[in-house]
Amino acid sequence: MFIAKIRITLRSSILDPQGKAVEGSLNSLGFEEIIDTRIGKYIELKIDSDKKAEAENIAGLACKKLLANPVMENYEFDIIKSDGG
Amino acid sequence: MSKAKVGIVVFPGSNCDHDAYFAFKDILKVDTKFLWHKEESIGDRNLIILPGGFSYGDYLRCGAIARFSNLMSDIINFANNGGVVIGICNGFQILCETGLLPGVLLKNKNLQFICKTVSLTVENNKSIFTGNCEIKEVINIPIAHGEGCYFCDDNTLMELISNNQILFTYNDNPNGSLNNIAGIQNIKRNILGMMPHPERAADEILGNTDGIKILSSVVESFE
Repeated sequence: MFIAKIRITLRSSILDPQGKAVEGSLNSLGFEEIIDTRIGKYIELKIDSDKKAEAENIAGLACKKLLANPVMENYEFDIIKSDGG
Repeated sequence: MSKAKVGIVVFPGSNCDHDAYFAFKDILKVDTKFLWHKEESIGDRNLIILPGGFSYGDYLRCGAIARFSNLMSDIINFANNGGVVIGICNGFQILCETGLLPGVLLKNKNLQFICKTVSLTVENNKSIFTGNCEIKEVINIPIAHGEGCYFCDDNTLMELISNNQILFTYNDNPNGSLNNIAGIQNIKRNILGMMPHPERAADEILGNTDGIKILSSVVESFE
């Protein structure tokens, strides 16, 4: 069993108005050092496979086909061995 | 008499399906049926409407999950073979997710859900969707969306412009859309996607029938 920990982020060329709004709020709280804020998604998949390469392949296909839209998003993931449960 | 047979696709979360049905069936007097998303085939329908709403709760990304529902594979084949498809609002988002139209609809620049009537310019009236409009005609059509900011890369934008695929632009861009884009057609000119709702401006009793110009254009293209 493996767990894919997937991070999906807006591509850098895409304006992130949500990130901008949160950044404004952080700045007004006094965090003036924070000069950029980007908001993305985090997805975990539990993959029933005993081969890491296969789990990687499945997670990559899931990202490509559904989880991320390449017009606006990038994705990256880690595959971690799990005992199930 | 129009030979159009309208099929309005109903996803879980569609909420403009009945408005579209009323506009085609009761105002334009066209043969119109609902198509449940679990059906395998569009049957004898030759004009497919993907209506507005929040299909699958807009989970993951607007339109991303609807794109994989049963009926969509038949609709993608139909569209790739030249069948006429119109996506309104959430329907436009679904068409972009399927890749039948280029680009994507992002969160509105001001982060707000915007529900109001906006002024549009008809940029191209040489399409089956705008035949009853004048070129550069200004029409007023309601919008109601939180994710309507059209975006595509530079190359795609150049193609949209040079192929006259941009049909409608906003006169006072409400959502941050690239080049004020409100509605586009595909390069083969059989698929329309637009964020504004022509079906909500179809009945005289509501004080605005500008939407009928768009819907009647496509219906009459079947005569």
